[in-house]
Amino acid sequence: MKASDLREGTRSAALGGWTALVFLFVFAPIVSTVVFSFNADRFPSLPWGGFSLAWYAAVLTDDSVRRSLVNSVIVAAATAAIATVLGFAAAYVDYRFRFFGKRAYMALASLPPTVPVVILGVAMLTFEGRIGLSGTLAGVVAGHVVLCSPFAMALVRMRLTDLDRDLEPAAWNLGASAWTSLREIVIPFALPAILASLFITAAVSFDEYMIAWFVSGLNETLPVRVLAMLQGQVSPRINAVGSLVFAVSAILVVLAQILTRRKV
Amino acid sequence: MGLQVACHATAVPMTDQAISERSKAAARRFAVVLGAPPLAWQVMFFVVPLGFLLAMTFWSVRNFRLQPDFTLANWVTIFKADFFAKAFVHTFTLSLLAAALCSLIAFPAAYAVAFRAKPATRRLLIFVLIVPFFTSFPVRIYSMQVFFSPPGIINRLIEPFGWGPVHVLNTSTGTVVGFLTLTLPLVVLLQTLALGGIDKSLIEASHNLRCGRFRTILTVIVPSARVGLVLAAAFAFVLCFGDYISPQLLGGSRPPTLSILIADQVKSGNNWPRASVVAVSMIVTLMVVLGVLMRIAYGGRKAS
Repeated sequence: MKASDLREGTRSAALGGWTALVFLFVFAPIVSTVVFSFNADRFPSLPWGGFSLAWYAAVLTDDSVRRSLVNSVIVAAATAAIATVLGFAAAYVDYRFRFFGKRAYMALASLPPTVPVVILGVAMLTFEGRIGLSGTLAGVVAGHVVLCSPFAMALVRMRLTDLDRDLEPAAWNLGASAWTSLREIVIPFALPAILASLFITAAVSFDEYMIAWFVSGLNETLPVRVLAMLQGQVSPRINAVGSLVFAVSAILVVLAQILTRRKV
Repeated sequence: MGLQVACHATAVPMTDQAISERSKAAARRFAVVLGAPPLAWQVMFFVVPLGFLLAMTFWSVRNFRLQPDFTLANWVTIFKADFFAKAFVHTFTLSLLAAALCSLIAFPAAYAVAFRAKPATRRLLIFVLIVPFFTSFPVRIYSMQVFFSPPGIINRLIEPFGWGPVHVLNTSTGTVVGFLTLTLPLVVLLQTLALGGIDKSLIEASHNLRCGRFRTILTVIVPSARVGLVLAAAFAFVLCFGDYISPQLLGGSRPPTLSILIADQVKSGNNWPRASVVAVSMIVTLMVVLGVLMRIAYGGRKAS
């Protein structure tokens, strides 16, 4: 009995230790970026070189970083708005209607994230070059919406699963038009998911570097700027930009999480 | 692509024929108004660009200018090229290796989260695993670059034990480290969800039948969660196969992967048709691999 208890204990400890290592591997890069963004030393290593905000100051006064940040905010906001509207529409169509070719329709609406972004990037570049969109922020938004609207659709669709399918027909029988029931029943019910989808799609767009890298041309977004910095020297500035980017994404994702958790 | 409402799927039977007819027409119009914009966007900016990419593989470049054409020259050049064959084999094996390695590394962690953690802890850990998905991957890779650099933390940590220094940067090992950074959170998450879906009574039954822990895992848990486990590995493969950041920043693009070939052809070589050939080959490869993996996931299910 005693021996088997001991063996069980060792096993548990090994499992716990392994799990801790896996989580450490995943989160060490994130934590270290934030920690070393406040380190006074040029090269991020131990021992700690003292607290400093110098790298943040350097980054925030850098014109190219500021311009790219503004571009990223514009792209993320536009992407979030368009992708959420399109995602909501697709989710509602899936929820409410049956029609010929629905499987193909849904496949098309959910497939883009499975295509490697490097391929989406070249495809967007070659195509948008033809129609004069490449090198513009609108061109980046067009690509980001393709990538993001499936996420928006999934979030809204999950929420609609909990909406009684007979509620809308009841409203129609009482004389409400399809638009009225959509406005008065479906949208209020799906609102948490709609808001969550705005935040999630904004976060995805804000972090997307590959499509933006191919398409944005001179109008760099922030991740594209970071990529350019990464091709250069090791610099604590990258930690500072990275921490700012993490903060933005983390806030967006946490907000989305709170909204999707909330019950009616 | 016509959007037709064959039957509008209300659960309430319409008694009045006239109302039913009128509302059917209205419902059809309504469905088209809502359903068309997402379709139009995905066709315009997803289907057409990918179709255009395919068409461009047959174009030619004369005097540094693209010309619509119908030539197989790009395909022939790329498929005959030594660098393409090398890059293809390299990318494929490394992605496969990373997907397998990632699945193995993730499994004990997913097992612990799914079966050992308390419900509240489990929910927290699952949420925490979503976070990396939304944090800049290039920045995380930069951190890894710093960790594994010769004067970095890893070498500092192992120095007192008389080990090292380890050389990871600019090697394929570095690329695999990057691939794991990319895929581990997602694979742990998907495996945890897959394991969480297993009927607990199956596991209890197995224990009651005096099946040891490892045997239970191999004969009950893994087969029950097969679909989710294979799906997780498939996602890992797809992500690694298309990743540009890890092989470039941690692998030092030695040797280059397919995504690096594409980026180079487009950014510096300016040969879009050849880049398109590489891209289309990647899509076809992914479709084949996913087809095989889905077979493994769903096919050959025994009744028992």
